[in-house]
Amino acid sequence: MIRMQDLKKDFTVRIKAGRLRRKKRTVAAVDGVSLTIDRGEMVGYIGPNGAGKSTTLKMLTGVLTPSSGEVSVCGLAPVPQRTKLALRIGVVFGQRSQLWWDLPLRESFELLRHIYRVPPADHAARLKRCRALLDLDDFLDTPVRQLSLGQRMRGELTAALLHGPEVLFLDEPTIGLDVVSKQAVRSFLAELGATGDVTLVLTTHDLADIERLCERLVVIDHGRVVHDGSIDALHARYGSRRSLVADLEQPLPPDFALPGAVLTAVTANGHRVTFALESTTAAAAVAALVAAVPVRDLSLLEPDIEDVVARLYTARDGDPPPTGTV
Amino acid sequence: MGELRAFAALGAAQWRSATSYRASFLVEMLGNAGATVFDVLTVLVLFQATPEVGGFRLREAMLIVGLSAAGFALADLTVGNVDRLKTYVRAGTLDAVLVRPLPALPQLLLMDLPVRKLLRVLFGFTVLGLAVAANPIDWTPGRVLLMVITPIAAAVFFGSIFVVSASLAFWWVDSGEIGAAFTYGGRDFTSYPISVYGSWFRNVFAYGLGFGFVAYQPALALLGRADPLGLPAWAGFLSPLVALCAAAIAAGVWRTGIRHYRSTGS
Repeated sequence: MIRMQDLKKDFTVRIKAGRLRRKKRTVAAVDGVSLTIDRGEMVGYIGPNGAGKSTTLKMLTGVLTPSSGEVSVCGLAPVPQRTKLALRIGVVFGQRSQLWWDLPLRESFELLRHIYRVPPADHAARLKRCRALLDLDDFLDTPVRQLSLGQRMRGELTAALLHGPEVLFLDEPTIGLDVVSKQAVRSFLAELGATGDVTLVLTTHDLADIERLCERLVVIDHGRVVHDGSIDALHARYGSRRSLVADLEQPLPPDFALPGAVLTAVTANGHRVTFALESTTAAAAVAALVAAVPVRDLSLLEPDIEDVVARLYTARDGDPPPTGTV
Repeated sequence: MGELRAFAALGAAQWRSATSYRASFLVEMLGNAGATVFDVLTVLVLFQATPEVGGFRLREAMLIVGLSAAGFALADLTVGNVDRLKTYVRAGTLDAVLVRPLPALPQLLLMDLPVRKLLRVLFGFTVLGLAVAANPIDWTPGRVLLMVITPIAAAVFFGSIFVVSASLAFWWVDSGEIGAAFTYGGRDFTSYPISVYGSWFRNVFAYGLGFGFVAYQPALALLGRADPLGLPAWAGFLSPLVALCAAAIAAGVWRTGIRHYRSTGS
């Protein structure tokens, strides 16, 4: 569905050097990205600010011309076949509206029907589905300029889907939304992805988006892909483990050891202990612990993806990220 | 066909948006017409001081200014909006335009319907009509054709200049009003008989850049006057060709410019 081969985008930046002189400097925003994304995949594309996420998305949608490398989406070359490609993809830029500011949503949607030349019956069916799933009915006749950000984003999503795109590109679709709106957007996208018809590529800073939606995670930094694989693979690669936290009736015996787990913290006068689970199951660890000491409460913590990604971003200066099967 | 209907729908939507702010509508329209009126007034005032300018009398000069004003107003109405490109480039709004399945330039032109510029067109053509009535023109089929084509060719020519000067924004976001020097400067240049200009200046602008073929040469052909600068009579009929050349260059510059578009960080 999407192929990128050694894709690069350079920008020339002029820097002031003296009163009139300017120095030219070339900055690689995207520096040799190669990725293949198949039909029906849901891919999360993350990276720190300025890593090249949006630039990649803009090259995939035909907005920006690559400096070098090859790119094809739906078998089309994005820039030369831009208008043809536009009929087959949907794009949502979280910070840039696609809707008509002064018109009600309903009219914007009608306009899009003409622009994308969608048969009225298809258009009506898709709009009906979006209205139901995204609760649009309350504000369908409100001018876009009066909508809240959450309402507008639901409108943007609908606008991007009314022509039945094969690929949906979302650039930070949950940015600035409140918790409820974020949930609404996520569950809508999850439902959309579950049909398997739509390929979904989204960039985000909110890793909960990724955990909820994407099986595949691509991390980009300084214009290069530093990780491509599942979230589990990311954890495995960076050695993040689940941990077992137990509140005990009495402190652990000094020679106690839990097979396959490492004691990482003892707090509350020895009444709270934390084990990192390495080569054991949670059930076995709990059983062994309960057999040794009376336990008041137990909780199992999933590894925190934010931590892993933060480590990924900060590890960039100096040593290259570890390579291996991911 | 589908595209045309899409553009029609876009235009209609823009009209509905514009009419939701009706208050400023008339004021803008009148203010806009004022600018064109002053251009014509300048020529009239000039002829108060002297009966002949560059070998042309008032009514002949009026034909030149009429052709130029009508063509320019028509171009400004249809393509003038493109000068807002620099705003869109700076704000990154162009992204939204580029992900739609329609050519970018017509979409941009339809992002703002300049109905306020209608009065200008009306005024330009009125001046042209009066000038045609005031001059004893020997109407032949060729001259009738020329009369019809010249304002259109002039509009295409000025439209091309609008597009080229707006495209500067793709390379140079801070292009500011540099483009206006060519559009409005060009219109002022074509409002006078080119025989009034110094020779190197005239060679560059009238012949090199083609401004002489917008109004001056066609006016000579309509009046049946020999060119005091020595170009043959059929030079007046070159205006559509010159306009097409300009349009081709503008299309090339636009296309190259779009590929240089850098967007903005999100």
